[in-house]
Amino acid sequence: MPFDQLSTKLQEVFKQLKSKGKLTEKDVKVALREVKLALLEADVNFKVVKQFIKTIEERAVGTDVLESLTPGQQVIKIVNDELVSLMGGAQSKITFASKGITPIMMVGLQGAGKTTTSGKLAALIKSQGKRPLLVGCDVYRPAAIEQLTKVGKQVNVPVFSLGTDHNPVDIAKAGMEYARENNYDVVLIDTAGRLHIDEVLMDELKFIKSDVKPREILLVVDAMTGQDAVNVAEAFNEALGIDGIIMTKLDSDNRGGAALSVKAVTNKPIKYAGMGEKLSDLEPFHPERMASRILGMGDVLTLIEKA
Amino acid sequence: TKTRDNFLGAVDDVLRGFKKIDEELYEELEEALIMADFGVDTTLNMMERLRALVKERKITEPSELKNTLQEIITDILTAQENTPLIVEGKPNVILVIGVNGVGKTTTIGKLAHQFKEQNKNVVLAAADTFRAAAIEQLQIWADRSQTPLIKHEEGSDPAAVVFDGIKAAKARKSDVLICDTAGRLQNKTNLMKELEKMGRIIEREYPEAHKEVLIVLDATTGQNALSQVKVFKEVAKVDGIVLTKLDGTAKGGAVVGICESLKVPVKYIGVGEKIDDLQPFDPEAFAAALFNTEKK
Ligand SMILES: Nc1nc2c(ncn2[C@@H]2O[C@H](COP(=O)(O)OP(=O)(O)OP(=O)(O)O)[C@@H](O)[C@H]2O)c(=O)[nH]1
Ligand SMILES: Nc1nc2c(ncn2[C@@H]2O[C@H](COP(=O)(O)OP(=O)(O)OP(=O)(O)O)[C@@H](O)[C@H]2O)c(=O)[nH]1
Ligand SMILES: [Mg+2]
Ligand SMILES: [Mg+2]
Repeated sequence: MPFDQLSTKLQEVFKQLKSKGKLTEKDVKVALREVKLALLEADVNFKVVKQFIKTIEERAVGTDVLESLTPGQQVIKIVNDELVSLMGGAQSKITFASKGITPIMMVGLQGAGKTTTSGKLAALIKSQGKRPLLVGCDVYRPAAIEQLTKVGKQVNVPVFSLGTDHNPVDIAKAGMEYARENNYDVVLIDTAGRLHIDEVLMDELKFIKSDVKPREILLVVDAMTGQDAVNVAEAFNEALGIDGIIMTKLDSDNRGGAALSVKAVTNKPIKYAGMGEKLSDLEPFHPERMASRILGMGDVLTLIEKA
Repeated sequence: TKTRDNFLGAVDDVLRGFKKIDEELYEELEEALIMADFGVDTTLNMMERLRALVKERKITEPSELKNTLQEIITDILTAQENTPLIVEGKPNVILVIGVNGVGKTTTIGKLAHQFKEQNKNVVLAAADTFRAAAIEQLQIWADRSQTPLIKHEEGSDPAAVVFDGIKAAKARKSDVLICDTAGRLQNKTNLMKELEKMGRIIEREYPEAHKEVLIVLDATTGQNALSQVKVFKEVAKVDGIVLTKLDGTAKGGAVVGICESLKVPVKYIGVGEKIDDLQPFDPEAFAAALFNTEKK
């Protein structure tokens, strides 16, 4: 897909339009249809798209078409600005407790990347001079604890577990105890993947939460997720009150519209981006880059500047 | 469960409210398809066909509209011949491929169990030598179905594992050899080349075997699923799709566009994490579930 497909389409839409004057309601409607399709193709949730387009429409109608910009780019700029602000403005990071242990809980659907991301975060936190401990609470998935143990070894962070014969709530509690006794200051809890509609397993997370009192509950979301992302994010947020989101597998060629969807329904910051399988492949999340990516364009700002 | 109904009930309720076929009703259906991950192109294409059929058959009942749409979808999903995974009286080798975390290893565990139930002699090969504890994970599944597992060290050459798997399958006169592979994103050229090489080994070392390549897709995945199948098809002859995680609230509608444009049939669906949670794909039930008229 050419990177500036949307841009090209919008230029076509506005071909007849003079490059001066104000955008009329009709101009904007025609243009926003293209934007809407682009967002849907990028997997942004349908309802989120509808709401978003409404906001843009209100903002764009009556806007002066700046001399330096053609109308198409003018609309793109408004869309881009609105996308960036919706996606969280400046990036945010993990916050640590001022004293005592900072417990962090990783939650999400099956296969989203929780265990891998736990390892990545542990490495990052360790590099900041802290003493993290990984706690393996996935007693369901075959070899989940072995996986976490290997991941821990790779980043040189110890892993606490009680094997698969214990209840995850007890393991989390014991892990906190162990951390206290051994002077660890961050506890990263890897939980089993679960469906947001699995009431029993969602309750299990609530129990862990009430025992451990995590400073951060991070929802791990696969960037390839489609329309269902809103259901998942909403359900996890309602059950647990999440503190942030980590998007994984952003090294793929997906457009990643799920990022916008989950942000829109939870209003929680996207904190990090998983960029690969290696344990160093974790980056701070950049809303502007994500906006360009969702729109299917290169760097929007340079594109606009070039006009 | 209750929660599931809350998420899914809506579409059907809305549709029931319509007294006549109008633009609004078409829009509702269009919306339902988009929300089921059909993607824009496939959705518009479906709607066009729906309008044509309504005209042709002089349909006036709103309730028929949905059934007609289901019929169109079912037709697409049944257009590709759905051949069985294995051929009787021949050795068989199944290569399971796909992007990260979609459910390849779990699906292999379930398949091995199904073949064992049919009294087949099965061998598994742990050719995901990359992901941490992938071999241990497959070992647990192998134990569950009491199937022998051919494995090497983590980090070793996956093609060598496939090679040894074939050797073992031959020696044991196995009916089925199933090879697990590491999850790989389709845009990672090196990893795709590695997969190609595994395919070549199978062709060269096991010419007498019936070969089946299954791509595993996660029902939660959106439009990227299309690119996954397209690019994997460039390095492997993909014979079928296993659509996993349909026990969640995602509808997996992306497979309809895939089925049509890439001509790959869906063969199985994954509906849970247990050993029995693998079912043959039923296009009609799938199409019906898109609008939640029928509960699984
Ligand atoms: N390419 C890529 N792969 C990733 C990324 N994060 C995780 N993965 C891969 O995704 C797959 C699943 O990752 P896991 O960490 O096991 O996911 P999980 O959420 O712990 O899975 P369950 O415990 O089974 O629910 C593995 O193959 C990982 O290597 C990422 O950012 N990029
Ligand atoms: N709910 C549900 N979970 C599933 C299904 N199939 C697999 N899973 C879960 O999804 C997660 C990933 O499954 P795996 O079999 O490890 O996936 P994979 O494709 O082998 O992953 P990698 O080897 O890391 O690429 C695990 O937690 C599985 O239990 C399914 O049909 N439904
Ligand atoms: Mg895990
Ligand atoms: Mg696997």
